[in-house]
Amino acid sequence: MAQNGRQKSIRDQWWSLQTEQILRCTRSIAGQPASQCEGSVGSDRSQLPGSRQGDRAAYSIEDSGPGCARRVPAACGCSECPGPLGRGNGVSPRRYLLYASGDFVKVHSVNTEETLGLLCGHADLVTGIQLNPHNHMQVYSSSLDGTIKLWDFMDGIPIKTDFFLWSDTFQLVSVKLTKGAGQDLEGKELSVVLDGVGASSKQIAFGREDSYVVSVKDVDLQVYFFKRKLLNRFSLSTAKTKGGDNRFSCVVCHPTEDCIATGHADGKIRLWRNFHHKKGYTYSSLHWHHDTVMDLAYSLEGTRLLSGGVESVLVQWHNESSCQKDFLPRLGSPIECISMSSDGVLCCTLHTDNRISIINSNLRFSRSIQGLIKSRDVKTGLVVDPRTKALVLNGEPGHLQFYSLQSDQQLFSLDIVQRQYIHQAGLKQSDLVKVAFSARGTWLATVEESEEVADPELQLKLWFYTEETQSFALNTRINTPHDNHITDMCFRDMDELGDDSLILVTTGRDCVFKVWVMVGDSDPEGNVSWSCDFVGSYHNYQATNCCFSEDGSLLAVSFEETVTVWDSLTWDLKCTFCHPPGNIRNICFGRQTCSKYLIGATDYGFLCCWNLLTCALEWNAHLNVVVLQPDPLSEHIAAVSWLSKESSLFVFKPSEPWPVYIQRNLCKEKILLAAFVPRDEPETISSEKYLWLRKSQLFFLTDTQELMTLSTKSLEERLTPSSKQLAVEESLPVTPFSVLLGKHRRQQAQEDTDLGKPVVHNKQEQASPAVKELLHTPAHVLPSASFLCTIFINSLLISKENKSAEEVADEVEMESEKAEDDSDEEDVTAMEQEDTSHIELLGEITCKLSKSQEKELRKIRKMDYSWISAF
Amino acid sequence: MGEFEVHRVRFFGLVPAGVRCLACHPRGSRLALARTDGAVEVYNFAANYFQEKVIPGHEARSVESLCWAAGDRLFGAGLGGDITEYDLSGLSAARGLDGGGGPIWSMVANSSGTQLAIGCEDGSVKIFQVVPGGIQFERNLDRRKGRVLCLSWHPSDTHIVAGSIDFFRVIDVASGQTVQRIMVNHHVEKAKHECVVWAIALLSSGTVVSADSFGRVQFWDWEQGTLAESHTVSTSAVLSLAVSQKEDSMIVGTSTGATYHLQLLPVRLGGLEKRWVRTKPFQFHSHDVRAVAHSPTALISGGLDAQLVIRPLMEKVQKKNYEAVLRKFTFPHRRLVSCARKARLLLFQFSQYLELWRLGSTEETGKDGEVLPLCRMPEHLVQLKSKGPEHIYCSCVSPCGTWLGYSTASRFQLYRVRCDEDGVSLRKVPKVPKLLPPAYQLQFSADSQILFVASARGSVHVFQLLEPGGCKHLHTLRPPSGCSEAVYLLAPSADGHWLAAVSGDWAIHIYNLKCFKVGLGVTPQPQGTRDGGLSMHCPPGSHHCIPGAGLGWLWCGNGGQRQSWRFWFGMGVWESCQPGPGGSHQCMSPPAASLRGAQL
Repeated sequence: MAQNGRQKSIRDQWWSLQTEQILRCTRSIAGQPASQCEGSVGSDRSQLPGSRQGDRAAYSIEDSGPGCARRVPAACGCSECPGPLGRGNGVSPRRYLLYASGDFVKVHSVNTEETLGLLCGHADLVTGIQLNPHNHMQVYSSSLDGTIKLWDFMDGIPIKTDFFLWSDTFQLVSVKLTKGAGQDLEGKELSVVLDGVGASSKQIAFGREDSYVVSVKDVDLQVYFFKRKLLNRFSLSTAKTKGGDNRFSCVVCHPTEDCIATGHADGKIRLWRNFHHKKGYTYSSLHWHHDTVMDLAYSLEGTRLLSGGVESVLVQWHNESSCQKDFLPRLGSPIECISMSSDGVLCCTLHTDNRISIINSNLRFSRSIQGLIKSRDVKTGLVVDPRTKALVLNGEPGHLQFYSLQSDQQLFSLDIVQRQYIHQAGLKQSDLVKVAFSARGTWLATVEESEEVADPELQLKLWFYTEETQSFALNTRINTPHDNHITDMCFRDMDELGDDSLILVTTGRDCVFKVWVMVGDSDPEGNVSWSCDFVGSYHNYQATNCCFSEDGSLLAVSFEETVTVWDSLTWDLKCTFCHPPGNIRNICFGRQTCSKYLIGATDYGFLCCWNLLTCALEWNAHLNVVVLQPDPLSEHIAAVSWLSKESSLFVFKPSEPWPVYIQRNLCKEKILLAAFVPRDEPETISSEKYLWLRKSQLFFLTDTQELMTLSTKSLEERLTPSSKQLAVEESLPVTPFSVLLGKHRRQQAQEDTDLGKPVVHNKQEQASPAVKELLHTPAHVLPSASFLCTIFINSLLISKENKSAEEVADEVEMESEKAEDDSDEEDVTAMEQEDTSHIELLGEITCKLSKSQEKELRKIRKMDYSWISAF
Repeated sequence: MGEFEVHRVRFFGLVPAGVRCLACHPRGSRLALARTDGAVEVYNFAANYFQEKVIPGHEARSVESLCWAAGDRLFGAGLGGDITEYDLSGLSAARGLDGGGGPIWSMVANSSGTQLAIGCEDGSVKIFQVVPGGIQFERNLDRRKGRVLCLSWHPSDTHIVAGSIDFFRVIDVASGQTVQRIMVNHHVEKAKHECVVWAIALLSSGTVVSADSFGRVQFWDWEQGTLAESHTVSTSAVLSLAVSQKEDSMIVGTSTGATYHLQLLPVRLGGLEKRWVRTKPFQFHSHDVRAVAHSPTALISGGLDAQLVIRPLMEKVQKKNYEAVLRKFTFPHRRLVSCARKARLLLFQFSQYLELWRLGSTEETGKDGEVLPLCRMPEHLVQLKSKGPEHIYCSCVSPCGTWLGYSTASRFQLYRVRCDEDGVSLRKVPKVPKLLPPAYQLQFSADSQILFVASARGSVHVFQLLEPGGCKHLHTLRPPSGCSEAVYLLAPSADGHWLAAVSGDWAIHIYNLKCFKVGLGVTPQPQGTRDGGLSMHCPPGSHHCIPGAGLGWLWCGNGGQRQSWRFWFGMGVWESCQPGPGGSHQCMSPPAASLRGAQL
């Protein structure tokens, strides 16, 4: 015992050591709004209420103190940007969707559905974004860090940063954005426009031609006319009669008329007119929503008004008439924000489950941007699907989402509960609470229960993966597997033994754990089903956790304060461990070389390691462990502690009583769940400290449903691939003419390759730049026809004398190589086009120059290729 | 304090008639209302929206349209095909003239009130000249197939727009020719159904506003024949429409009982471009809103649910006072129930019959507010049907329960009621002296010996009732200065010495019944007040009170000295208009004797 005590004291020292070097901790930045979301009630909106003319930008400012409500993924601003002339294939009107996501602003291509760029630089939550009205390639963003940044979102470069000193109250202030050339400027000119504005920027709107600004809060509507410096205030009655609730939720202004549309907490939409009269003002109302109108948006001309709320239905009102309205129902989850593109062709809705839907102007659902779906409560924990390596957790209500970490996309959503979910407060509905995969991912076990505390309707479902349909099919459904809530569930992980040895163990608050095995049915098809094989209990204590040892021979079940270890063949109780006081919170077996250890964490803040061979406590440490997660591919175990409002990570091997790695203050939020996701190929890690990250990557989910990971790479390194895509994204504008032209070009290219005649090909290639330029340059910037004529004629001439024999030989070689690899050839032609397009009618000399450059490039490519093929 | 028995009378099954049409006086002081049973009522806005005059209905007379013309003359036209002028002082339909075009669906007067245009079943629009003492036919305008359901004059009287089924047309008054015919059922999926233009208005700008059965309110430029705006305000038919005189606001009524307010509002603040915008919906009615009117300060609507609703426009009301209240008229303002206190009988007046009931009784006593069980149920004794198509003007049962009288427009009947154990027998009193009908109010004296009959020209006839069933004309009381209006209200004092009578010009005469002379003197209604004498009560003692609608005056007549009191209904606050209450006078409670039948 004395020895034990000394060991402990040493260990305590270890655990409290400060790390001298920290790993870079980044949020998962795979590029979706979904990857981060914070659970608190939203108070920010995507759009900055900026004035359209741009001379006056007003921001609703927030107290950036710790008490401030935060919400991340919000921003939607749709912009259509004309591409730069004379580049690539000429004019390319492209459409981008910008949204604020955490500390970033993301640029998303509407056409290709890809995230093109990430504007990072803010130190805190981005609260709003607004396109620069003078330059649609630029965007303003505001953040809780007290800055307003101007970005070139095409290149992802911050152009300018303005610092402001904010007060602690919500005010609408007018700031003069400095015209200075410097990068970081401090804005000084602040003037308060309105006091007592709402915290959300949904509650502020600019009127037609920026002549007035409207703010709503509670039951008050304020209109401030800039020119006349007139403030009108209208109040609705606070009485809640007949289910009515007059509190304002959002406001928008008609783009061409003086009409204000306000949304209310009881689902009414009021259209205010004549509001420059204190008495003569009037309003009409539209009423369809049964609950708060979350957001409103006018179409470009103002003839249509879009509204959305908790019903997950987008309502389109025509001409302010309550009789003419269209619906887009079944959008999945409550609508949080609605944003209209600047050309009025598209609109997008932001949903509470962290999804953006893009909707056509004819109210057809077009596509959605979604990554990690935010569910109300992640009860299932973070589970890794062994088959796809996807992260599996609660998704939409009653669904299981499979989230691919590599592509940051939802692979699919499996409907487990298979019941209609009704979006209504206070309704007790069934939801998924536990999920477990078998080792090879062929079996999936799910537990669902209704929200009734007293009588949970429990269902245990077992799903079998069918190769034909590539999805899980329901195999067995067990009603009321336990008499009370199921606390934990695990499969026996035995890769070698196959499905016959598959065992499922569930633990329940009804003080038993149950063992379920597959039973072959008597019917000729050889179907199997699951049934209960063994029921174990220990002193009538509630069973809280269970886990199998790596070889599957032992089952550890924790009963309140005690850990029991059972032989999985005979179901004999082998031994018990106890570390009073405090209930066992987590248990897990060691892996690989440390498989003789059992690790447990208790409520009273102890982490214990028991040796299964000696049945004695090997070591323990004082640590308030919230999450205990073993790495399936190594012997490392990650423990996350929650102490004094910060989460810390400790990685250790059970065999050694000191941690391999410590990361203090991982994040401010409480980490609830963690998972090791196996890497596809082991990463080369130089530093010994991070060797534990070699085979698997560790992901965390915080209580605000933010998914985080530890990474050794810097942010920039990780970002390069996505920002490169911006340059590649050069698509033709989809006009009938471009379609025709594109077809023609493709045909031409086809012919070229088909003919395989180097000379003819050459000539055409040579001729094409000038002709192309002629075709692509707008008529009004072209020089006179007489000037063009010579260039055009020259381009048609076959210039033999330019070509040396050497070059011809090269060309021939090239062609042969082209024949070898078609895809490679395509790339080369694309490059040629790009290069030649830069000559800008300068004649043949530059053309030749570019050809030589091309040749060099090709040589480089060729060399590259052979080098790779040698491997 | 005395002990009271309160009877909850739930067997008076009066079904009020729905409101068919409304006509606002051009000067905005009065509102005429016609009901589906042909009754016409006049409300006085200046007198607190008091129902001033009631002309009871007639089976054969339906009123489809009312209009004020030539000052204060009221004309009505209906499906009977006649144009009727109403005698507002004598409360009767005066002269009728056949329109000559079959049933008349609509009638409007021009802006000066000199001409009436009627729209007939046969598709014709006829113009009548309003002349002193009547109207005379002037000419026919262009006749087209299809009944003319609604009409509207241009404010300059140059054109008339006539709404019909599926189309409306604009007629030039000078030439009588149709200058534009516009189909309204185009571009509608429901085109297979006919589209009825229920209401129409021609604005001074040349815009035609049509309200049709597809629930649309449409704005047309009639000269171009183009549709300027279309508002689908409802999924059901829009039945009525009224435009304010300034033409910046209008109200439409629909068949779902909802009314909608449309306003002409600037599209941009301070800009000149204006557009009609549907602003507020109101759901005051449960049934079709057949009639709407727009006074300068209020939106008025009347529905088939018999309600008249007056909703003031808040922005037009200067201060929050009594005028800024939403008013709903559900109950008739007349006395339809009379009570025989001693015999415990109740007489209910319906449009064409009377019902006599005996009240239930109880033998138990209980605490305040307790509901006592009935030992004897209320009993329907007799139903007395009036002959002929005319509706009953007034009725009364004597306090002893043995006499019963009623009057229609042309007849006055008096009955002797005998209640015994076998049942009830009713015997008509023969040889009732011929009087100039109608009687506007009947009142028995407290001892049931004398019957007072309120009659035209301010006169009150006094009959002596004789046993076992007869009557004798004693005297006719007339105001000394003469009066053109009929007497509406009568109230005898309990000791039988005095009788108060209120006539249509609101003059109150108190007669001494001993000498049949004007006793206490004429007490004209205080000037500049907004109340109207609703009913009158002379409690024992020497004071008289005339409660008004919400505001009442009380006169104490002690030896010629008058003190005037007034009080607010419901508040029980008395305030003296003249200094100091008389020492002998004590008023404990508001005189609540003005409870009218329908409120029981």
